[in-house]
Formats: sequence, C-alpha cells, structure tokens
Amino acid sequence: MERVQCIEMIYPEIEDKLVVTIMGACAQELYDLGHRENFFYLQHAMGLASSIGLGLARHLPHEKVIVLDGDGSVLMNLGTLTTLARYRPANLVHVIFDNGSLLSTGGFESHTTSGVTDLAVIAKGAGIAHVASVSTTMEFGEAFVEAMERDGLSVIVAHVEAVGPDNYGMDFALPENAFRFKRCVQDRRRATGWTPPPDPGH
Amino acid sequence: MTVSYENSKAVFDGIKAAGILSLSALPETWLGLLLQRAEDDPDVDLIQVAKEEEAIGVAAGAYFAGEPHALLMQNHGFFGAMNGIISLAQLYGIPLCMLVAVRGHWGEPYPWHTRGGIVTEGLLRALNIPYEHARDPAIVAKQIAEAYTFSQSSLSPVALLLTRDLMEV
Repeated sequence: MERVQCIEMIYPEIEDKLVVTIMGACAQELYDLGHRENFFYLQHAMGLASSIGLGLARHLPHEKVIVLDGDGSVLMNLGTLTTLARYRPANLVHVIFDNGSLLSTGGFESHTTSGVTDLAVIAKGAGIAHVASVSTTMEFGEAFVEAMERDGLSVIVAHVEAVGPDNYGMDFALPENAFRFKRCVQDRRRATGWTPPPDPGH
Repeated sequence: MTVSYENSKAVFDGIKAAGILSLSALPETWLGLLLQRAEDDPDVDLIQVAKEEEAIGVAAGAYFAGEPHALLMQNHGFFGAMNGIISLAQLYGIPLCMLVAVRGHWGEPYPWHTRGGIVTEGLLRALNIPYEHARDPAIVAKQIAEAYTFSQSSLSPVALLLTRDLMEV
C-alpha cells in the first residue's frame, strides 16, 4: 500500500482535526488533498512532530490530535515513544508511516528496511498499550477508525511503499503556516469558553 | 554544595507569577527542588521529556494551544536541543522561554561539566538567542517574567541562565 492511499482514505476524518505532519512527501500528500487551517506541516526538525502533538493534546482535551509521522523521523527521536507512553494523551493518534526509507532525502534505506527493527514492537516496549501494525489499506482503515473512537493513546505503524509525490510546493511561507495554525487552534479553543491569557506578542 | 531550597522556591514562584503553568523539563540536580514543587502543584502541568529536544516540540504545541509555557533544562540539554531550536522554533517564529541551568562555569568542581560551561554563551550568541544571567533571588521573578514577555514579542527563543550564585548554597 502507498502512504497517499492511506492519507486519502482518512482525509474526510481528519479534515477538521488538528493534524501535524512530518516533512516532505507526507506533508505534500496531505496538502495536495486540500490544505486546512488546522494542518501544521513540520518541514524540518525531524522527530518532533509527535512532541508537538503531545503539547497540543495535553492542553486541548476537547480536540483529537493526529500526528502523521515516518520511520526516519521516529528513529531520530525514539524517546518520544517513551514520553508518550508516560503521559498517555488520550486524544492523540500517532500514525507512523514506515516506508523503510529516508525518501525525502534521497531514498536511502532506513533502519527498518531489513525488517529487523520493528517500530510497533518498540512502541509496545515503550509502554504504549494500543499499537497496531498494518500492511493493507483495509487493515489501516480499521485501525484508524478504532483509534479515532478510542479514548486513549493509539499508535499505528503502517507499512507503506517508498514512493512519494512528483512535485513539491506550498503557497505559504513556513511561519505563515505556524501563525495561521495557532490562530485556528485558539479560535477553536475560545469556542469552548476558554479565555486566552494576555499575549505580550500582540 | 547543596541546591538552594529558598532560591528554587523563588524561581518556581517566579514562573507561576509570570502566569506560566505549563512546563517541560529534563531533571538535573540544580532543577531538582524546583521540579519537585512543579510535580506537587496541582495547578502546574509538567511534562518530563526523555531528551531536551523533545521539549522544543512540546513547547511549540503548548504555544499553538495558547498555553504559556517554560522549558527547564541544563546547558548540556540545550546543546542536545539545538536542531529543534533552530529548525522548529526559529524557522517558524515560535517563542521559547528557556530557563537553563549553567553548569561548568565559575567555581565548577566537576570536570565533566566544564567544556559545556565554557562554550554555552558562545553558542547562545551564535544562535542569536538573547540571554541574561539570573544571580539574585530578589529579582529572578522579574527576570522570568521579562524573559517570557520578550520571547512572545520577538517570537524567538530566549534564555535565562540560572547560575551557581542563584542555585547553590
């Protein structure tokens, strides 16, 4: 299965959710389906998408937060799985697309390519209770529906082919994505009755 | 040398007085009493990370959520967080209010801290991260509030350096 098929499948579900993606192909595939103000694309700082997800989920219990991660990024920050396991944000769904490749930086094999390193086993060993390891779009769809319905941290390791889009580009600068995402997140939080603290930045 | 109970309290009280109730941290000796207070305080949300770079992501998430946040780390943790600081916070204009325990400087008895202590200010300057030293418990609360304000107005990482004068007795 291809990552783009998975993202297409869940797009109607995540269109109105807070979504954080990693860099490159994953970000582009989501963007190409239609950007939403509640999407944040982490185009660098590999490994930190799930940490951003934790910071969001922790403070926004009314939201479901979806992180679209990759094997290369998670391998750079394996500690994040232990931090997620410790704090168990119930409203976080952590999808790890494992294509066994550092696709966006030249397609070099990652440590998961040989099948020796199993990210799902690592996530379980870190202490995350709900971990799915899937290889077909049917399995992925089922695991994702379960994760969205579950009131509990879910990790889905989705084994996908190492292919990505043939063109890259977004019509905004990176800080603009951050500013707009922040505004969107906080407008939604205000709708729950929350009053923002005084912001010396404005 | 022991960690100052009174001054740890002054720093913690300063964080709360600045309106910051969300913290991320990796424990270290000088921060121990301070983090204990954070853990025991039901108003404070503390996330302990496995490595300091994670805290840059956590802080970004808290910022998007509109939650005033501070990061507590040792200077060696700052070194380990550097790519996140550059390629998340600085790249996207996300403020970070970092309270950094500066080990390995004047009076340092432990050899293993010294290299890091010697290069800390040079690295902060290289990254254009504004910093101040916190030495006096009487003004540390004001310095924390100012660090937070400046991080927000500049959309930049800002470091308040917690020194031996402040943290040890």
